[in-house]
Amino acid sequence: MFHTNEVIETIEMIDKEHLDIRTVTMGISLLPCIRENAEKTAEAVYERVIGRAERLVPTAEKLSREYGIPIVNKRVSVTPVSLITAAFPEESGKIALALDRAADALGIDFLGGYSALVHKATAEYEEKFLSTIPEALSSTKKLCSSVNVGSSRSGINMDAVRKVGELVKETARLTAAEGGIGCAKFVAFCNAVEDNPFMAGAFHGVGEADTVINVGVSGPGVVQHALSFAPEADLTEAAELIKRTAFKITRVGQLIAKEAAKRLGVSFGVVDLSLAPTPARGDSVAHILEELGLERVGGHGTTAALAMLNDAVKKGGVMASSRVGGLSGAFIPVSEDIGMIEAAEKGAISLEKLEAMTCVCSVGLDMIAIPGDTPASTISAILADEAAIGMINHKTTAMRVIPAPGKKVGDRVDFGGLLGHAPVMAVHAGSAERFIARGGILPAPIHSFKN
Amino acid sequence: MRAFVTVFGTDRRGIIAQVSAFLNEKKINILDISQTIMEDQFAMVMKVDTEECREDLAAVAAEAAEMGERIGMSVHVQHEDIFNAMHRV
Repeated sequence: MFHTNEVIETIEMIDKEHLDIRTVTMGISLLPCIRENAEKTAEAVYERVIGRAERLVPTAEKLSREYGIPIVNKRVSVTPVSLITAAFPEESGKIALALDRAADALGIDFLGGYSALVHKATAEYEEKFLSTIPEALSSTKKLCSSVNVGSSRSGINMDAVRKVGELVKETARLTAAEGGIGCAKFVAFCNAVEDNPFMAGAFHGVGEADTVINVGVSGPGVVQHALSFAPEADLTEAAELIKRTAFKITRVGQLIAKEAAKRLGVSFGVVDLSLAPTPARGDSVAHILEELGLERVGGHGTTAALAMLNDAVKKGGVMASSRVGGLSGAFIPVSEDIGMIEAAEKGAISLEKLEAMTCVCSVGLDMIAIPGDTPASTISAILADEAAIGMINHKTTAMRVIPAPGKKVGDRVDFGGLLGHAPVMAVHAGSAERFIARGGILPAPIHSFKN
Repeated sequence: MRAFVTVFGTDRRGIIAQVSAFLNEKKINILDISQTIMEDQFAMVMKVDTEECREDLAAVAAEAAEMGERIGMSVHVQHEDIFNAMHRV
C-alpha cells in the first residue's frame, strides 16, 4: 500500500502542477511506399499511415483515462519525404497533401517528416524538394517540416543554410494572413536526431524500426513546485531535488511508452527526457530558473542555471527509462513559455542571450518572432551561428524563427494553442549578406575525426 | 487488475458510504483503505481489485469522476502502475 502522501503527490502533480505526457509519437517508415509516380506514392503513403496509426488516438486516450494522466498530443513522424520522392521531387507537394489528409483522418495533432537531410551536400532532387516546402506548409494544417543542415561529423552545408533563410521568408509570405504561422511548423537542425517525438522537428530515421512509439514527457511546473519548498537549498541540493523530480516524471513517460507500444503491437522506441513548457501559468521552464534565484530569466546567471537544470533532468531521467533518446533536455521556446514571454515583453531577454542558453540546453532558438522585414541572409546567419554551436559541441541545435509579416520589434504575434504568443524580438542590423552568399561547406572540427 | 481510488474534499457524513456503494455497484472489491483529515480536508486512498468489474477501467474512472462531482468531492480512479512507476524503484 502506498502512503497517502505519495498518492496525493502524484495527483497534485497532475491536477495542479501540469504534469502530463506531452506527446505519444508514432514513427512510421514510408520506405515501402515508393511507387513509379507521385500519385501512386501519395496513395500508398496515405494507406500506410492510416493503417499503422489508426488505433493511436483511441489507445492514447484510453491510457490517459486509465492512468489518470493527460496525454496532450498524439503525433506521427515519417521517413524524410525527400527520400520517398527522389524520382519526382517537384511533385513532393502531393505527398504533403496526402500526409495532411491522413493526419486529419486520424485525429492526430501534428505529423512531422516533410524533411530533408542535407548536412553534407544538397543533391539535385533535394534542392527541388526544399523548394516545395513553403507551398507544402501553406497548403496544409498539421504537417511539419525540417531540414538538417549540418553535423559534427560532416560540417555545415552553407548552401543549405542560405536556402533555409529563403524558405523561411517565403513560408512567412505565403502564410502572412495568419501571422506567418507556416514558419512555426518548420525547423532547421544541426545534428538532427532520428527518434525525436517533438515537433516541428520529428521525423522517422531510416535506421529505426518499421513502426515505433516515442514518448516525450513534460512537467516544468512539477520541478518549480518542488524547488519552491527548498528556497535555502544550495545548488548541489537543488540539482539533487531536480534529479529526483525528473526521475518521477520520466518513469510515468516510460510506463505510458511501454504500455502504448504493447497495446499497439509496435516497438517501444525512446523516452525523450524533456521539460517542455506550455504558455499556461505554472508550466514554465523560465520560472524554474527564476525559482532558482534569478530576478528575471535572460539576466546574468541564466546560462549557468539552465546548464544545471538541463543536466539534472538528464541524470534523473536516464535511470528512470530503459531507453532514452530524442532531444532530451529543457526546451526554451519563447512563445510557448509564459516566463519567456514576460521576459521578452519586458526586454529582459535578447536573441544573443537565447543563443548562449542554447549552448547548454536542448535544443535551439525556438519559436522566436522576429521583424517581418528581416533579410533572408540574416535568418541564414542566425541558423549558421546555431549550427556552429551544435557542430563544435556535438549537440543538437536548431532554429525555428518566425519573421512575422508586417510586424516590428515589440509588436505581438499570436499563434494560438500550444504555440502561444510572443513579442517580436530585435535582430542585429548588421548585414551577413556577403558571408552567407559565399556558400560551400563550413568544415567539420578537428575533434570530429574520432576513428 | 489493481487500482487506486482517491477521494478529496470537505469532510462531512457519508462520504465513505457513498464511495463504497459506487464501488460495490461496479463489483469492485476494496482491499485496503487509508483515510485521514488533512487541514480540515477529507483525504482517502483505497486500494481496490477490479477483477469482477465488467467495465473497463477508463470508463469506471470517468464515471467515478462524475459521481465525485455529484457528491461534491474530487474522486480519481487510476491503475496502480502509475504509483508503482513514480514511487517505487
